[in-house]
Amino acid sequence: MGPYATSYVLIGALMLFGAMVGVAPLVISAWLRPRKPSPLKNQTFECGLESKGDSWVQFKVQYYIYALVFVIFDLETIFLLPWAATFHQLGLFAFLEMIVFLVVLVGGLVWAWRKGVLEWK
Amino acid sequence: MNDLIHLIAITPWAIALVKIGVVLVIMLGLVAYTVLAERRIAALIQDRRGPNRVGPFGLLQPVADGVKFLFKENVMPAHVNKIYYVLAPTITLIPALLTFAVIPFGSTLGGVPMVIADLNVGVLWIFSIASLGVYGIVLAGWSSNSKYPFLGGIRSSAQMISYELSMGMSVIGVFMLVGSLNMTRVVGYQHDCWLVFKQPVGFLIFLVAAFAETNRLPFDLPESEQELVGGYHTEYGSMKFALFFLAEYANMITASALMVTLFFGGWQFPFIGFAPNHPMWNGVLHIGIFFAKLLCLMLVFIWVRWMFPRFRYDQLMNLGWKVFFPLGLANILLTALILTMQAPR
Repeated sequence: MGPYATSYVLIGALMLFGAMVGVAPLVISAWLRPRKPSPLKNQTFECGLESKGDSWVQFKVQYYIYALVFVIFDLETIFLLPWAATFHQLGLFAFLEMIVFLVVLVGGLVWAWRKGVLEWK
Repeated sequence: MNDLIHLIAITPWAIALVKIGVVLVIMLGLVAYTVLAERRIAALIQDRRGPNRVGPFGLLQPVADGVKFLFKENVMPAHVNKIYYVLAPTITLIPALLTFAVIPFGSTLGGVPMVIADLNVGVLWIFSIASLGVYGIVLAGWSSNSKYPFLGGIRSSAQMISYELSMGMSVIGVFMLVGSLNMTRVVGYQHDCWLVFKQPVGFLIFLVAAFAETNRLPFDLPESEQELVGGYHTEYGSMKFALFFLAEYANMITASALMVTLFFGGWQFPFIGFAPNHPMWNGVLHIGIFFAKLLCLMLVFIWVRWMFPRFRYDQLMNLGWKVFFPLGLANILLTALILTMQAPR
């Protein structure tokens, strides 16, 4: 097995161990802890008052819009990383190319900004 | 000595597994004692004593807390979505531990490189895994089927993705200078000058984004007590709550480790670079230096928490989108410009 595959196997092993760290305490405490459920205890927490209505409250659409804008610009970061890593070898042309790419995206940001997408109202 | 090295060479898998085990144990130990340190420092700052009764200087407090968490009754509210409710703490915890895989926490110890997996796409691994952390929190908020956790979860998702962007932007300058995405190369590049001096703006953005990503004050809106009770973990108790707690501190540790690696020269001695002459002791020293730097940054995390008031949500979003994101872009352009002008023709 080459070093490339080996490192991913090791990461798999770490994932397994990490999952154990997450699950083992739950299992151990399941053996040890008392279990005395009561209807009052099992209520939704609402600062001691009786819970009212269900949890599917309306929430601001703004959270969702941030997520949409995020997707666009997160992709940009992914494109920038390989460019950054090979920046030394690429020379002036790649630099100008990337400037064009960035300017287009900055244009997108400016548009979103003026549209009020980034405004928390 | 040579026998030992020989033995290590024939059992690389065993060594690798031991390394993983040791890293996990050290992480958990660090988490336990960071919690104690946080409580003691908070007490110091607020002019009170803090936990000092369990063992000398309260040093056994984490053990007592752990035992208490184990024996606590596990209240499972009747209205929760059971599978996701139980899974969420573990899902939050695993990414926090996984990020550490590509961080070199020492040079070599008896010929074994002190990094679990030296991926050539190290930073991509870190960002892809770190962004998984938000799933646990959103799942916790959603599956609790209660108003406060729901609002905490949704706040957290918007906050974490916004700052993830700035975080991604901030490190691009670093990789333009280094010319590789591999973390060991990043450390090697800094043998004469730490990157924090070459990328100060990048570091500033990264530091602030790290606070937002770990949901720490001044950006702890997902769990802001005064308005959301406990935020996304309001409905959690006993060991499940402990796992969220563990994940938060593990995230702090990995964020600190990342900053050490990217901006503070990793395991290298400050300013000297350190030429290896004795393989064993130098290796130990390098690990010591790495963890010393890591602890310094952890202290910054703790100190900031007890020094700064919380941001308002609109301020938080404005800072992320309208200040740090354009600043990150400007930093990339500036770095590119300087590098192009410096390049030999």
